[in-house]
Amino acid sequence: MTLTAVNSTKNSESMQNQELFVYNTKNLNLWYGDHHALKNINLGIKEKDVTAIIGPSGCGKSTYIKTLNRMIDLVPGVKTNGTIEYRERDIFSKNFLVEELRTRVGMVFQKPNPFPKSIYENIAFGLKIHGIKNKQIINETVEKSLRGAALWDEVKDRLHEPAYGLSGGQQQRLCIARCLALEPDVILMDEPTSALDPVSTLKVEELIQELKEKYSIIIVTHNMQQAARISDKTAFFLNGEVVEFDATDTIFNSPADSRTDDYISGRFG
Amino acid sequence: MENTTRVKSEEMIGRIDGRLMKNKVIKGIFLTATAFTSIILIVLLYRIISQGAPYLSWDFFQNFASRRPEQAGIKAAVIGTLWMMSVVIPTAAILGVGTAIYLEEYAKKNALTRWIQMNISNLAGVPSVVFGLLGLTIFVRVFGFGNSVLAAGFTMALLVLPVVIVASQEAIRAVPNELKEASFGLGATKWQTIYRVVLPYAIPGIATGSILAFSRAIGETAPLIVVGIPTFVAFLPSGYLDSFTALPMQIYNWTSRPQVDFHNLAAAGIIILLGVLILMNSVAVWIRNRYQAR
Ligand SMILES: Nc1ncnc2c1ncn2[C@@H]1O[C@H](COP(=O)(O)OP(=O)(O)O)[C@@H](O)[C@H]1O
Ligand SMILES: [Mg+2]
Repeated sequence: MTLTAVNSTKNSESMQNQELFVYNTKNLNLWYGDHHALKNINLGIKEKDVTAIIGPSGCGKSTYIKTLNRMIDLVPGVKTNGTIEYRERDIFSKNFLVEELRTRVGMVFQKPNPFPKSIYENIAFGLKIHGIKNKQIINETVEKSLRGAALWDEVKDRLHEPAYGLSGGQQQRLCIARCLALEPDVILMDEPTSALDPVSTLKVEELIQELKEKYSIIIVTHNMQQAARISDKTAFFLNGEVVEFDATDTIFNSPADSRTDDYISGRFG
Repeated sequence: MENTTRVKSEEMIGRIDGRLMKNKVIKGIFLTATAFTSIILIVLLYRIISQGAPYLSWDFFQNFASRRPEQAGIKAAVIGTLWMMSVVIPTAAILGVGTAIYLEEYAKKNALTRWIQMNISNLAGVPSVVFGLLGLTIFVRVFGFGNSVLAAGFTMALLVLPVVIVASQEAIRAVPNELKEASFGLGATKWQTIYRVVLPYAIPGIATGSILAFSRAIGETAPLIVVGIPTFVAFLPSGYLDSFTALPMQIYNWTSRPQVDFHNLAAAGIIILLGVLILMNSVAVWIRNRYQAR
């Protein structure tokens, strides 16, 4: 009912090219107690795409992205129905452990949240919880991840200093590096630049451009220019529904739904 | 319009004097309260120190209880308190931190949890004699530990447990949610998150709160009396099922004797007790300051 014509073509495409989708959301509904926060969401997210999720505050963007790696489980009183498939596996199934899902799917949060440990230990954390103790492997992964997050040159001489000594933008790239250490398949980002200054924002955006070579990225942003600059696909959420999901160019230049048009031209939200 | 505004602000300025006066009076009241408390404290300390300090000698630490004041010492009480605390600290810490972790991280936030929570908070206000009666019934009689280190240690552990739990819960609750999310987001299990993120962050707070609670166990007398801990002891315990005496018991015993010399010995004992308490509180403050920088 809420699907637009665009989405139904997407669905038939998904039948043919299942293997290209990292995430396939089908008829997902979610309630916080009585509050119906996600309504009948259908989205197929392609491998190696940067998929942007935009929409006014409170429309369910964070809720949706937190459902993708089941961080939503941490909120008491949440009910869902419908399915989300990650590489054709139902993420709500008992056989799919959340620990595995969250290892394959990394997450970067709105506020940089490094651990109160050294830069080195922040990256090593993910390896250690997965039982990797070999010092050489850890050393190599720390370097590789920091390089991957374009942070190595800035921190290589102070790896053992507290992460809290880094600037906000560096901390956020450290959090990205922390994800990369686990060689994830998908990286979820919930407004990763909303707490950063313009220069740091630009650096993170450049980094996302590099990361898309290797990873599928789903990014929530309230900044429409950012979505337009960095994403391949854009989903527009409104009141818990997906109003429109299409190529970013189409969304920003010739949206099919008038509500999308209103939003991107700044008439509300 | 303009005019009325002007008149009003003049009026307000005119009231400033009155407000400042009130300010001064209130400050004076608080200052008096503080001064009153300080004076009482100083008088008390002066009395104790002037009475007890001359009795603080090496012999005082070396000697056991005696009927002759010049030979009486505090050795059994100091060592006995150490023995008792070696039961209280691990018991209260393990039970208290374990309960706090369970309540904060595992328990569903339902009516039962809230009821348990309320009871824990209430237990913190139960008179210590009641804990003594509990210890007498359970540890001394049912478990048959007698008037031993173990019975007294467990009783005191129960006494301080509610405070340890509440302090630990507060410290655990203060761990930023973002840090837990970061850990879960990397695929950590709940226990890994507790062990590697929550506890390291919370331990300074847990330690500070618990040390203050433990110092209560050092000073309490009533539960020891009820549990039947003797006051006149001329030996050291050699095991946890042995009888012993503790600092507050020894002090209590000396103060209840008729001879003035014993009262002075009691003052000397109080100085030692105060010293131990100040030392423990300083450790708590030191831990707090050390980790606050984070
Ligand atoms: N933990 C929660 N409990 C109850 N309601 C929530 C919770 N988190 C979010 N919501 C509600 O769900 C809706 C979507 O929130 P959210 O996904 O955070 O929006 P967005 O990220 O798009 O700003 C909002 O109406 C919000 O008030
Ligand atoms: Mg949000």
